[in-house]
Amino acid sequence: MFGAGGGTSSYEEIERCDLIVLWGSNARETHPIFFHHVLRGIHDGARLIVVDPRRTASAQWADLWLGIDVGSDIALADTMAREIIVSGLQHDAFISRGTTGFDEYRDHVMDWTLERGSQVTGIPPEVIREFAHTYAEADRSELCWTLGITEHHNAADNVLALINLGLLTGHVGRYGSGLNPLRGQNNVQGGGDMGAIPNKLPGFQDVETDQAARDRFERAWGAPVPPKSGWHLSQMFDGMERGELTAAYVIGENPAVSEADQHRARKLLGGLDCLVVQDLFMTRTAELADVVLPATVAGVESEGTVTNSERRVQRIRRAMDPPGDARDDLWIIAEMAKRLGRDWGEVTAESAWNELRSLSPMHCGMSYGRLEALGGLQWPCPDEEHPGTRFLHARLWEEDPAKRGRLAPFTVTPFEPPVDELTEEFPVRLTTGRRLDSYNTGEQTGRYSSPLRRPETIDVSPEDATALGVADGEVVKVSSRRGSVQAPVRVDTGLRPGLAFMTLHFPEQVETNFLTIDAWDPKSGTAEFKATAVRIDRLSEAPA
Amino acid sequence: MDLRLIAAEPTEDEREAVDAVLGAPESGWEGGERTRLDGHVARGGRAQRERRHLLLPALQALQRRAGWITDGGMGYVCRRLSIPPADAYGVASFYALLSTEPRPRIVLHVCDDVACRVGGGPELLDRMRAAAGPDRAGHVVPSPCLGLCDRAPAAMVQLASKRGGHLQVAPADEGLLRPFIDGGSWALPHGSGRLPQLDDGRRDGLRLLRGIGRSTEQEAEDPQGPRERLSLERYRARGGSAALERAIELGPERVIAEVKTSKLLGRGGAAFPTGVKWEAVAGQAARPHYFVCNADESEPGTFKDRVLMEEDPLAIVEAITVAGFATGAQRGYVYVRGEYPVATRRLENAIAEARGAGLLGEDVLGSGFSFDIEVRVGAGAYIAGEETALFNSIEGYRPEPRNKPPFPVERGLFGKPTGINNVETLLNVLEVLRIGGEEFAGIGTEGSTGTRLFCLSGCVEEPGLYEVEFGATLRDLLELAGGIRGGRGLRAVLLGGAAGTFVGPDDLDIRLTFEDARAGGYTLGSGVVCAFDDTIDMADIVLRIAAFFRDESCGQCVPCRVGTVRQEEALHRLHAGRAFGSVDQETALLGDIAAGMRDASICGLGQTAASAVMSALKLGLFPTGAAR
Repeated sequence: MFGAGGGTSSYEEIERCDLIVLWGSNARETHPIFFHHVLRGIHDGARLIVVDPRRTASAQWADLWLGIDVGSDIALADTMAREIIVSGLQHDAFISRGTTGFDEYRDHVMDWTLERGSQVTGIPPEVIREFAHTYAEADRSELCWTLGITEHHNAADNVLALINLGLLTGHVGRYGSGLNPLRGQNNVQGGGDMGAIPNKLPGFQDVETDQAARDRFERAWGAPVPPKSGWHLSQMFDGMERGELTAAYVIGENPAVSEADQHRARKLLGGLDCLVVQDLFMTRTAELADVVLPATVAGVESEGTVTNSERRVQRIRRAMDPPGDARDDLWIIAEMAKRLGRDWGEVTAESAWNELRSLSPMHCGMSYGRLEALGGLQWPCPDEEHPGTRFLHARLWEEDPAKRGRLAPFTVTPFEPPVDELTEEFPVRLTTGRRLDSYNTGEQTGRYSSPLRRPETIDVSPEDATALGVADGEVVKVSSRRGSVQAPVRVDTGLRPGLAFMTLHFPEQVETNFLTIDAWDPKSGTAEFKATAVRIDRLSEAPA
Repeated sequence: MDLRLIAAEPTEDEREAVDAVLGAPESGWEGGERTRLDGHVARGGRAQRERRHLLLPALQALQRRAGWITDGGMGYVCRRLSIPPADAYGVASFYALLSTEPRPRIVLHVCDDVACRVGGGPELLDRMRAAAGPDRAGHVVPSPCLGLCDRAPAAMVQLASKRGGHLQVAPADEGLLRPFIDGGSWALPHGSGRLPQLDDGRRDGLRLLRGIGRSTEQEAEDPQGPRERLSLERYRARGGSAALERAIELGPERVIAEVKTSKLLGRGGAAFPTGVKWEAVAGQAARPHYFVCNADESEPGTFKDRVLMEEDPLAIVEAITVAGFATGAQRGYVYVRGEYPVATRRLENAIAEARGAGLLGEDVLGSGFSFDIEVRVGAGAYIAGEETALFNSIEGYRPEPRNKPPFPVERGLFGKPTGINNVETLLNVLEVLRIGGEEFAGIGTEGSTGTRLFCLSGCVEEPGLYEVEFGATLRDLLELAGGIRGGRGLRAVLLGGAAGTFVGPDDLDIRLTFEDARAGGYTLGSGVVCAFDDTIDMADIVLRIAAFFRDESCGQCVPCRVGTVRQEEALHRLHAGRAFGSVDQETALLGDIAAGMRDASICGLGQTAASAVMSALKLGLFPTGAAR
């Protein structure tokens, strides 16, 4: 957020706020631990509003559910913004103190009348109005989102549109008010923090613009750091297609299954000169590899830290020895360096961490000793006296302009509908997502039985099932502009006519990502998994 | 709440019955027609969860309509209120008058509890079972006390239909009950009960019973039960509403001061000072405050509150209003036990009358005070009379008692400060306001001011409801009721109800005051005086009491759940002459069980479940095998 990619609030604040908004998030199923904090908030009187095309398990807990049309989030956000402004509910003091670019933003959203917003989003005008007023008027509002916002071709703009709402109402940088992307794993946040982002060094230091930071890293590493952003995953695949990228070292990722438009992804991976995969399991990607390096399970077989959605760094500890020839990731990487001619000596989790602390100011105060004694610390934590930071951007509220630092910019976000258009041929909007008892491509969860797990289905509304003349369980053909798969139908009242849902948990049964489009967001590199145009046919009637 | 509902659908009848309680569904999500709008908007959350308190009324509507709660009906209620079916099932299965299994549309509940046990209850039950025959066995079931003990044997008919409900039958006999099994027309005895002091001019000194019948007129002879007409004018002409007017004149603080001066103690069993309780509620900063009238009179042998509600309902409404005024409440509840259909109907009528005359609602009597009362009906659970269990029942949860503290004055109904008093206690408040706290304090004894209602039943000449000034002895009471019927010898008196104690013929001179009871180790309880003559099989009575507690224990805490079962088992072994080890070992075990339940149970049920049993053993009322 405003430079540092992390949620601004603490879990504790979710429990103590007046309004929780889950936008494009089914946290009840996909962030079950986080949802416990939501439930506690609800129990103590917080209202919950859920924005999601489907009426999900999370939406069933909500005081108000807005069943938005897929991909119209910016329209909803900007319509709310206009309503807030014309009702005089914007936080003028915060806007003038902590932000820039308000006038341009205001002019932009003025086109978004309730009527226009309603036409684009499918939400009745009075409900948009109610949502806008509730959000703006709450003393403490927490706005949380997940992949429903980011798995779009305009992901970054979607996020910025939500951030605009927080800035407009002053719901950021205060206790109980914040803007929070929810992280899907125990350490997605940590991955970004450590620099696993094409344009950032560890600690969100910009690789292109931050000369001082680059100097520090060069001194510590004894090697030059090119002042040039790397590629994100979608760019890498484009690079493979152009023949510019010919070797890949894949650690703990399964792009042969998780990438959109899998036909293409597998073809490109298979065509590389050299593919090295480092993983716990023999994944579909590993099957394509020249070399497979068996790794260890973080938190069970190896030492280190993880960072959760509230920016809390926590120690994890080795509990058992890894099986067979499996090796700690750190060991593998250090050994790789050695074979390439750079001997780093003995690298331990703590020595790597201490190097990070010497280079990333926001981690500086987090010694292993403090992390253990305090049960983790929230960044930024610049020195060993610092208690960690419960919520970010309090600085924007400072009276002294010097203390405010870089102000938070409003960003004008143009509305663009999903790339994969609905037509007579492909009339149904397919959106994808996850279920409670499975995780992404199923590599880590499919091996274990679950009493709740059911096989892949194409979920459709009762109305569509009737119109198609299909019954629960009947196998149908689902086709997009890229391919087709077969899956059994499951009737779900949480869906409305014209909206269908699939997961990506069971690639062995149904290769959902044969259908999805690989249109991706140039700013973030995320593909539009959430919006595919499909047609559904009965097998007996399906064209060959 | 993310629900996993069973697929069964409600019938049109069930839907209609539930909608009558909850209103028509507002969206497809709630079970109505699915519209285009439902694809884009749903409301629920807190607004829906806050309707949880309508769960029991909705389940009762299903029971009344279909005779049992079907999966489809239950599923519909759960969808409407966003309650997981397992949770709702936990509530439904708690109550004896609700069934989650198929049940006939007409069920006869024949009382075989202590008072009816000596009044022909078990024999009537046998005859009705024989009349129903094995094919219709589910038509006739034994019942715990129905609160009609003065006219034993008692029965209640549970009817399921569009206009279903309960009918009280007392005194019951085979002829009256046969039509409910065989079909055909039926007629029932009228009247609320025996009030010998009113019948034969012994009215002097009556304070609580003086208003009996003052506002009701028998309108027409109707075989389906007495049809009453309530008249607020009649009530007012005979002193009604004066206490409320006086209260408004005094203001809340001085009302509480008067009640404190009166030294009025609660009549529900715990004898807590009413004024102190009210003051504690009034002083709580949290809002809103609630006031609850506990009319879940279920202690075996007790029927006083029923008579008051049936025969002086406007006074109850007035007293609750005064209490609400004093404690700063805006909403009152009367929780009437499900076995009291007449009291329920009359209270509802009285509330409507009072509302119509500006005695309830916005700006009561132009005072600026707003207050309204809602009647809630129980569904057959003795434990729901425990005050915190009663709150849970109103809130739509299983009526299991809560741990205390916090006490209701701090966190009661819906977690808010709540005053709760029994019907008789509240009626006394009207008298306090009529004559003033000081004069009231001069009635009775130093530690027990005012008068007390006693429910005389069993083997007395004139069973019925009696009012005496505190200070009277047990002997006085028995004499008031004409002594033991047929001039027979007295074997024992059960004083205070099943949770009370047995008193032997040598102890009839005990004074029935709170202070004497405390000092003497007995209890006045709910004012039960059930006499047993020397023909009665006392072991049978004691076993029935043990069975009662085993059946009514909510099962929440171990001492009571296990203790009530073990107590009954040990008594049966002793009774059968098959003691484990020796008789002494069994009686020692009973003593240990009693101590465990008394010391470690969460609520009064477990704490008193061994009281009558232990006193019976002490008095030698329960043959302990040696003689067998």
